Order: sequence, then C-alpha cells, then structure tokens
Amino acid sequence: MTPFVDVAFLILSFFMLATKFKPPEAVQITTPHSVSSDKLKEQDAVQIEFDSTGKVYFSMNTKKSSDASLKKDLIEGINKERNLGLSNIEIQNFVNNTTVGVPFNSLKQLLSLPKEQRTSARQPGIPVDTANNELTTWIQQAILAFQGHQVNYLVKGDNNAKYPSFKGVIEALRKNEQFKYQLITDPESAPAGTELYMRRLMGDKYSSSSNQ
Amino acid sequence: MADIDVSGGDSGHKKGPGVKKAKKLSTRVDMTPMVDLGFLLITFFIFTTTMSTPATMPLTMPKDEKDPKDLTEVKESGALTIMLGKGNQVYYYEGQLKSDGSNFKTSNFSDIRKVIIDKKKQVVSNWRPDAACDDIVKKAQENGDPDWKNACKDKDFVVVIKPNSEATYKNTIDMLDEMTINRVKRFAMVDITEDENKLVKLTEQSNKVQ
Repeated sequence: MTPFVDVAFLILSFFMLATKFKPPEAVQITTPHSVSSDKLKEQDAVQIEFDSTGKVYFSMNTKKSSDASLKKDLIEGINKERNLGLSNIEIQNFVNNTTVGVPFNSLKQLLSLPKEQRTSARQPGIPVDTANNELTTWIQQAILAFQGHQVNYLVKGDNNAKYPSFKGVIEALRKNEQFKYQLITDPESAPAGTELYMRRLMGDKYSSSSNQ
Repeated sequence: MADIDVSGGDSGHKKGPGVKKAKKLSTRVDMTPMVDLGFLLITFFIFTTTMSTPATMPLTMPKDEKDPKDLTEVKESGALTIMLGKGNQVYYYEGQLKSDGSNFKTSNFSDIRKVIIDKKKQVVSNWRPDAACDDIVKKAQENGDPDWKNACKDKDFVVVIKPNSEATYKNTIDMLDEMTINRVKRFAMVDITEDENKLVKLTEQSNKVQ
C-alpha cells in the first residue's frame, strides 16, 4: 500500500502546483486554438465575450479589489450618459458583479435583482449591430474611467459564434479609436514544416510579433 | 515501512525465568483514512482547477480612413483574397475578381495553406530590387530578424480576409492564425462585397454545403 500512497500524494502535489483555480464564468465559452503564445494580461482589462449564439457580454478586470472605484466610475458614467436612473444599491451591485449582457434599457432591471438571481438571469446580450451598437458606449465610458491607465482589450469568443458578433465588437472598438486588442485563444504548436515552425526551431522570438 | 524491530526476544540469549516478556506493540498505522483523504483531494483539484493558461493573439486593426488618398494601395499581382463561408469552406481568388468569376476558386482549411505559400513564393520570385526596400531591410536587421535579407521581398504580398456573415469565429481566428503561421506580414480583414457573397452563396448551393 505504501507505494500506492506515495503515488497518490505525488499526483496530488502535481495538481496543486501545476494547475490554477477556474475563474467563475458567467457564460460557457470554448475559445479557438491559435499558435500565438503571448501570455494573457488580465489586469486593467476590459473583457468582451461573446458566446456561441453571438450574445455579447462586457466585463471589467481591475488590478485589485480596492480599485472598485474604477468600476463605480464606469457605471456612474453609463448612468449619466444614458439617463438610466440607477440607485446606489444598483450601482453597488454592478461593482460587485460586473459581467453584463443586457441592453441599456434593461440594465436597471438586471442590477436590481438579488445576487443569486442576477448570476442565473438570462441575459440577451449587448446589442452590437450597426444601427445600435451599445458596446461603443460601454467602451467609451471604460476609457474615461481608466483614464491614465493602459487598458488591455481582451476579446474572448466562442468557436461557433458567427462573424457578425465579432465584427460588431471590432466596430465598437474602432469607433473609440482603439485598434489593438488581444484575442483569447488556447495555445497550440505551429504545424510542422511551416515557415513559423522553422523559425521557432531556430529560436526566433521575432516571429511571434509578426503581426505589425 | 519504517517500523522498528521490536522483536528483541528471539535473537538468542534467553531471559531468566522470572523476567516477563514485554508485550509487543505494533507500530504500523492504519493508512486507509489518509489514502481516502488523498484521493478526495486529488478529485477536488481535478474538478476545480484548469491546466492550460489561455494565450492571447494580438490583433491590430486599421483606423477608419475617410480620405481615399490615405488608403493603402495594393498591387494586383500580390493580392490574394480569401473568403470564408459556412461549413468551414474557404474561397479565394488572386488579384482582382473577374466579372465572370472565372478565377474564383473553392478550397478548405487544409488546402488553403498551400495556396498562401505558393502565392507568397510567386510574389517573392517577381520581386525586383528598389530603393523603398532599404528601410524595411534595415529595420528588420535592427529587430534581430535572422532572415532580414529577405524581409522586403514579400512586401507586395497582401492577403485580404473576408468572412461572410455565416463564417464562424473559429474560422476567422484560424485564418488569422494562418497569417502568423505563414508569416504573411500584410493582411487585412475586410467586409465581403455583395458580388463576392453572391458567388459564395452560389458555390455553396451547387456544392450542397450545409
């Protein structure tokens, strides 16, 4: 039995050291694979997600939980811009739990729900079509809230999402003059025999930043 | 197991008749609860944690150019337009689309790489030295590109990616990835035109793509 116990604890220590806890996810998203290997910078970031049905969600990651004032600035900016008439409790609700996937006209309703119902509430997604791209306002207010900081834009899309929702996200960023963003993907290795593969064999770091 | 030899009595010399033998105590510990706990923790970690840290793919889009003068011009000989449709289908044409659609070709994700590589080779072989190249070569050399001598040869090679509204996000990312894999330095993601979309739809119908 002793060797058996040894192995069990070895596996246990491996899992404790090599993995990290899953972050809570509001929506189930399977990201596509890509050969890029850049590390994800989660701090000071605006994360835009879209799921397999193309619904767009917006959330904001700040450096520390003490930076909650940034989120507060954001929601107060939105409140003022769109005349939503949010109460202080609703603003506080947004600061505590920030993944939003509703149009502005139902934002008040979503934020007034108690916490348990809010996380399980069905959200129709933020409209991103050309006629009514509400994500533009979200990003605009996020830029104002983050003033002075370098903001990372993280775009996380589902494999089966259709191109128009991706395009809507790009449009919203483009209207705010934001042209650089990070697409969250699962890493994979470069296919054998291709130019990138050869370069990586040569130990070339230059190739990873070929997208100028 | 690290148990201590407590069976001292049998080793040889006999004790006297009045000396009582000490009662043997086993030093073995029952490990079953510990193993149970170990496996419980393993299961817990397997279910609550993730292995892979996600990577990110940087993407830079151009800004809206209002002035047609500022638009980037592309040599027809170096342009490759790739359209993405439903059912993981890829369509492409080189240069400009002929009005009869005769250079419109159908492909898929496993074959398109060869098309890109061939087109790149063709552009590189047509390259003629010119003065505008010096800057690019110099910059590549400064950046430590091991292949800096050839940095300029593919400067006319431009891939235009046009996903239609039925293409999936995965297809779009795969195509952007293909740009990285084949080191296409200039590419653009553009909306599909109506004529192209019509051709894609027609081809989908005739190929019965679901």
